[in-house]
Amino acid sequence: MARFLLLLLLVSIAVFMLLELIPGDPVDALVPEGATPEMREQVRELYGLNDPLLQRYASWLGGVLQGDFGRSFQTRLPVAEAIAERAPVSLELAVLAMVVALAISVPVGVWSAYRPGGWVDRVATLVTSATLATPSFVLGILLVYVFGVQLKVLPILGWVPFSQDPVQHFSHLVLPVLTLAAGECVLFTRLLRGDMLATLQQDHVLSARARGLPTWRILARHALRQSSFSLVTVSGVVIGRLIGGTVIVESIFSLPGMGSLVVNAIISRDFIVVQSVVLLTALIYLLMNTLVDLTYPLLDPRVRKATS
Amino acid sequence: MAGSGTAHLRDDPDVVFSVRNLTVEYAGRRGERVFAVSDVSFDARRGETIGLVGESGCGKSSVARAIMQLPPPTKGSVVLDGIELTELKGAALRRQRRKLQMIFQDPISSLNPLRKVKDIIAEGLRVHGGLTSEEVGTRTRTMIERVGLDPDSAADHRPHEFSGGQCQRISIARAMVLDPELVICDEPVSALDVSVQAQIMNLLAEMKQRYRLTMVFIAHDLAVVKNLSDRIVVMYLGKVCEVANSDDLFAAPAHPYTRALVQSIPEPDPDAPIQEAALSGDLPSPLNPPSGCRFRTRCPLAQDICATEEPQIREVRPGRFAACHFPLEEPIAVARPTEAVPV
Repeated sequence: MARFLLLLLLVSIAVFMLLELIPGDPVDALVPEGATPEMREQVRELYGLNDPLLQRYASWLGGVLQGDFGRSFQTRLPVAEAIAERAPVSLELAVLAMVVALAISVPVGVWSAYRPGGWVDRVATLVTSATLATPSFVLGILLVYVFGVQLKVLPILGWVPFSQDPVQHFSHLVLPVLTLAAGECVLFTRLLRGDMLATLQQDHVLSARARGLPTWRILARHALRQSSFSLVTVSGVVIGRLIGGTVIVESIFSLPGMGSLVVNAIISRDFIVVQSVVLLTALIYLLMNTLVDLTYPLLDPRVRKATS
Repeated sequence: MAGSGTAHLRDDPDVVFSVRNLTVEYAGRRGERVFAVSDVSFDARRGETIGLVGESGCGKSSVARAIMQLPPPTKGSVVLDGIELTELKGAALRRQRRKLQMIFQDPISSLNPLRKVKDIIAEGLRVHGGLTSEEVGTRTRTMIERVGLDPDSAADHRPHEFSGGQCQRISIARAMVLDPELVICDEPVSALDVSVQAQIMNLLAEMKQRYRLTMVFIAHDLAVVKNLSDRIVVMYLGKVCEVANSDDLFAAPAHPYTRALVQSIPEPDPDAPIQEAALSGDLPSPLNPPSGCRFRTRCPLAQDICATEEPQIREVRPGRFAACHFPLEEPIAVARPTEAVPV
């Protein structure tokens, strides 16, 4: 826990300093073009940009701890509000993409390891290689073209809140979720297949078959659990990344998530928004990694013994 | 050697297990055929232990796998208790599996590291059904006790908390709890310390007695199988060389390869003269086995006929079967062959 907090503190310093070091003056973004030096100075004073570094960091951190991330340079609205509005979109996208990716990759990974060189394995290898070679923006556009333009079965872009129309809400999510899930699915399938292959080589799996256990039981209860460590670790990292915002997919499908928030903030030099989002993303990463660490003892009782 | 044939199979109502013309071939890395096992036959009476001996790579483990139908052999028949296993598939085969169990060489890899000892042992019973959970529990406890572990302290622990020898005891319990007809031991003591080896061998001997167990005991070392086995089958490069009762085989090997194996057993006498390696050269590749007798490339007695004609297994002396054109005569001095016999 102490390590967790220390890490978070270091991250906050890094985030704060990162923006200090970026070339360019934030005042440029705040004043109209052709502003006089006096006006610029006034704005500087107003936003506290003239205070010493340490003081600015302290006041920023103090605010953050109370949930006050400051106000956007651009919109003058509290940053926390903007994030609260965007975060659920990214969160939903991330969770759905993870669910879809795991739902596809676990059975495919398990089966292609069980029958390496079989047709499932060969098809999976072909599809994963093809997907791996396709950047997400190409895949997204391809999906839009096929399902949105040609087949006209799914809406192409935009976001409908769940409260407004649940059916529309989910049909707008299908294509972005598939686009996001595809890339992760490839990663998960490959990882799981590799680990499963190694586990299935072990004599205890042969012994399970020799004892006449049904195949599904051997795969699910004996081999999968033992082979899922890398998958769990990577899943934690991936979901952290997805929640932090997926710039490309959100842009393609014009979804109001964290990714598009951050992109807009960077373009308009709205540093305080960038700072807050990066800090939040780091927090999510740390949380996810801690969560992953907590699942190891559940997966492997040997870890339980070692840590207790 | 390299013998085919079934002359050594016994026509005896007590024979419960037989392997006939077992052949295992599989595709190698470049699509070529690997002849792992070629036309191997042997049988076992109830309660008998067959020692299957040969160098690493001679196909012993392939024979074991083929008997287990994991995977089934390319050709040949495996009959246990009158049931032809090679013809069974799916659920029918799974039901028969209880009857033939296997004990593996690597005690660590053969136990699922994530499960408790009691679950490892009980799982087979649970799957095959017909027992209440109390009965499963009692049988599991009894079996843990019979293999020399303390059920109270061992049951809730996991394999990594045990030594190699203890793990092998757990493996034996896992196999024996299903009350099998046939147990295949694939080098069960090769990975253990010598002192522990003896304990495990004693445990297996005890199990054999108690359950009148039929066993196939695989080893690369004749000394290991000597005491436990009733009948020994010597294999070389996927073929059977010699089949004989254990004591007879040691007293007077009939096949030049068996003689080499017997000679390679170390003498426990420090003053005994150090023998030259009884066999030189490496095992030929099973991708491209020698013509005729497969042993001829390393055989001190090889003649022209050995390259052209494959010796069939035949009874060379009463009760003694060997696949050799020039079997060794009976009272043979178990000594190193003299250098090139002048013709």
